[in-house]
Amino acid sequence: MTKRKLEELFIKILMILATIVVVGSFFLIVGTIFSKGIPYMSWDMISKIPGGGFYIGKEGGVLNAIIGSLYIAGGATILGLLISIPVALFINMYMASKNFIANTFRLAFDVLFGIPSIVYGAFGFLIMVYFGLKASLLGGIIAVTLLVIPILVRTLDEVIQTVPGELRDAALSLGATRWETAKVVLRQIRPGIFTAILLSFGRGIGDVASVLFTAGFSDNIPTSLHEPAATLPLAIFFQLSSPVEEVQGRAYASALILTIVVLIITVLSEILIKKFSKHKI
Amino acid sequence: MTSTPHISVQNLNVHIANQHILKNISINIPNKKVTSIIGPSGCGKTTLLKSFNRLLDNTPDVKITGKVLVDGEDIYDPNAEITHIRKKMGLLSQRPYPLPMSIYDNVAYGPRIHGSPKKAELDELVEAQLRATGLWQEVKDRLKAPASKLSIGQQQRLCLARGLAVEPEIILGDESTSALDPVSTHIIEDLFIELKEKYSIVLVTHILRQARRVSDYIIFVYMGRIIEFGPTEEVLLNPKQELTKEYVKGFIS
Amino acid sequence: MLVFTLASVSLVLVIGIGLYYQSLPVLANSSWVHLLSSSIWKPMRGLFGFYPFIMGTLWVTGISIIIALPLCLLTSFYLSEYAHAKVKRVLIPFVNLLSGIPPVIFGVWGVLFIVPFIQTSIAPHFVDFSTGYSVLAGGIVLAVMIFPLLVSIVNQVLNTIPQELKDASLALGATRWETIKKVTIRKALPGIIAATVLSISRAFGETIAVLMVCGNNAVVPHSVFDTGYPLPALIANNYGDMMSIPLYGSALMFAALLLFIIILLFNLISRIILTRLERNLAG
Repeated sequence: MTKRKLEELFIKILMILATIVVVGSFFLIVGTIFSKGIPYMSWDMISKIPGGGFYIGKEGGVLNAIIGSLYIAGGATILGLLISIPVALFINMYMASKNFIANTFRLAFDVLFGIPSIVYGAFGFLIMVYFGLKASLLGGIIAVTLLVIPILVRTLDEVIQTVPGELRDAALSLGATRWETAKVVLRQIRPGIFTAILLSFGRGIGDVASVLFTAGFSDNIPTSLHEPAATLPLAIFFQLSSPVEEVQGRAYASALILTIVVLIITVLSEILIKKFSKHKI
Repeated sequence: MTSTPHISVQNLNVHIANQHILKNISINIPNKKVTSIIGPSGCGKTTLLKSFNRLLDNTPDVKITGKVLVDGEDIYDPNAEITHIRKKMGLLSQRPYPLPMSIYDNVAYGPRIHGSPKKAELDELVEAQLRATGLWQEVKDRLKAPASKLSIGQQQRLCLARGLAVEPEIILGDESTSALDPVSTHIIEDLFIELKEKYSIVLVTHILRQARRVSDYIIFVYMGRIIEFGPTEEVLLNPKQELTKEYVKGFIS
Repeated sequence: MLVFTLASVSLVLVIGIGLYYQSLPVLANSSWVHLLSSSIWKPMRGLFGFYPFIMGTLWVTGISIIIALPLCLLTSFYLSEYAHAKVKRVLIPFVNLLSGIPPVIFGVWGVLFIVPFIQTSIAPHFVDFSTGYSVLAGGIVLAVMIFPLLVSIVNQVLNTIPQELKDASLALGATRWETIKKVTIRKALPGIIAATVLSISRAFGETIAVLMVCGNNAVVPHSVFDTGYPLPALIANNYGDMMSIPLYGSALMFAALLLFIIILLFNLISRIILTRLERNLAG
């Protein structure tokens, strides 16, 4: 074999190995989580709160964390949507989609998107202190809302841009007000909105650093916005290093639950994205 | 045709994404002559051309059956050395694609890949090819400048020089003047006429005037089949097939 | 609507200013230079030297890029230049799924798999003893976390290179790898750099996964098997003490500010490169 052909073959082998490592790491991680978590999964685990204190109590499950995470991720997504939908519409409809100001705004959101969640957590903490709030459900929701707004705006923005300008123009020329046209656009991109919700929810439910300072932790299910709330990621984090085996088990089970939830969300959003782009041109 | 064909296509069938693009093509490309492939858009001209240097292999979802013999050897034989085959053919695309490097390096690219020429050899080679394509005077003072700074007409000539530098036997041109202005087009057409002394040339074109000006033979392709093949004057002025007559109608009058 | 938009956009500034404002107390105490270069970290005595944490962050991020960049480049080249469409359709979704996994899960995996692995299989070849909790562990976990980002951006960049350009090289008799080496990489280089910068900035800010496997000792690491204490971990681990020790809160806010500035810069740089690339293509 010539030197050139050898080189080509060698590189090809390296490439395939690299791809195996990259793709395989997914399976490795999921496999580890599943193999550690499944032994501890039981009906109790998802329907009870930890008995005897989350750090050393041997009984019960992680219902507190499940509900807490749902509250926070759900609350943040709703709040985030309320802010992001107008913003995304504004950038695209009330200003020419591509002009300089709109693009500067987009750059700002891209930057916000890149800010790590710990900064949002720290900033959320500052806000809480400023308003005299304690670590609570409300605090967690505020911090996670800040975290997900860039995700929502970015996704919505991309999706709105796929609506052909002619559709908007057509609506306007029929005498619709800008607001009514906005409603038309929104209906058009409904799957896109759903994708955005999924992405934001997935991020909100799994993120640690933003809720670390702001949501507190507790064994119980919060009954008011001012009570501290447990979250799945924190449940994992705090209970993983416990010397008590049952507590560790709760950590593994929480990891499993979280992984399954997030995987489902990711798969759903991928399917939606693909379905959505089928309608594009 | 008295000389042995340079390229001999036998029962070539090409399917792309389950569509039968080339249907049972059998044709011989004459040696050291210019052969033009004409026909309406989308009928398989470019596909046929790309099958000669096996660039067709890279098209997604492609299935190729049949033989293409170059110098008597089937290039689709599983043991065939693709880089070797491609070296025999120079390709000129519709739009010039200078490689992202200097003018000098563009021309030197091929020789450097296939061997380790010494600098003096390389310098000579680069100059020779640039002269052959009429670029030397225009670029000799800026050989290290990026190729992208040249005008489109110059870039296309550069691509031709680049292709000639690997000492091919056959030159393939895929509507290679369609992006150029009339002056550059004329220069390239003249070059083709000169070059057929040493190379067999196959051109895809939809400009009948160009085909008449430059080529010795014409192949008329329609819907993936070869409808007519013969010397230029015959096919263009006195076509035998109805379809050919229809296609060249405007040209005759 | 305008109000919301302006408010959200100004969030960038607000965060920056807020953090800076909160850092003022500790800045009043010691200069920027001192804070950044001192290694003495004794919050009780009001001594805040961030050097070990900065180094910790650099070590962990550096290791992750050294691991991830070659692997991801090779993978992207394979996916875009060699793999059949069917193979791609199967593999790419898994890379995307990797990006959805929450950081804390990576942390758990790191603790359960990577740390013991280092302790039992890798470290013994090099050092006498290691718990496995090290910057190496942090680097490996981080590397896997940035795999999807790097692969997807580089893949996108490679897809923008016109096939005809690659054909031009192939037509001259070059092999696919030679074409990648001499043509594709040159054209894709700005995009690859942007992707790398973006991934670095992501790695900088990653908190929880690294925290769980790094050892969290406020010393400057000298080998990959040493423990480290990156900036985000510092903030996360000590927020509880923030209120009780004077200046501690301000110091942690300063750490957050540092992170914020660095990541902001990296993000801006890579976004600008990527946008300019896009514009060039649009012609």
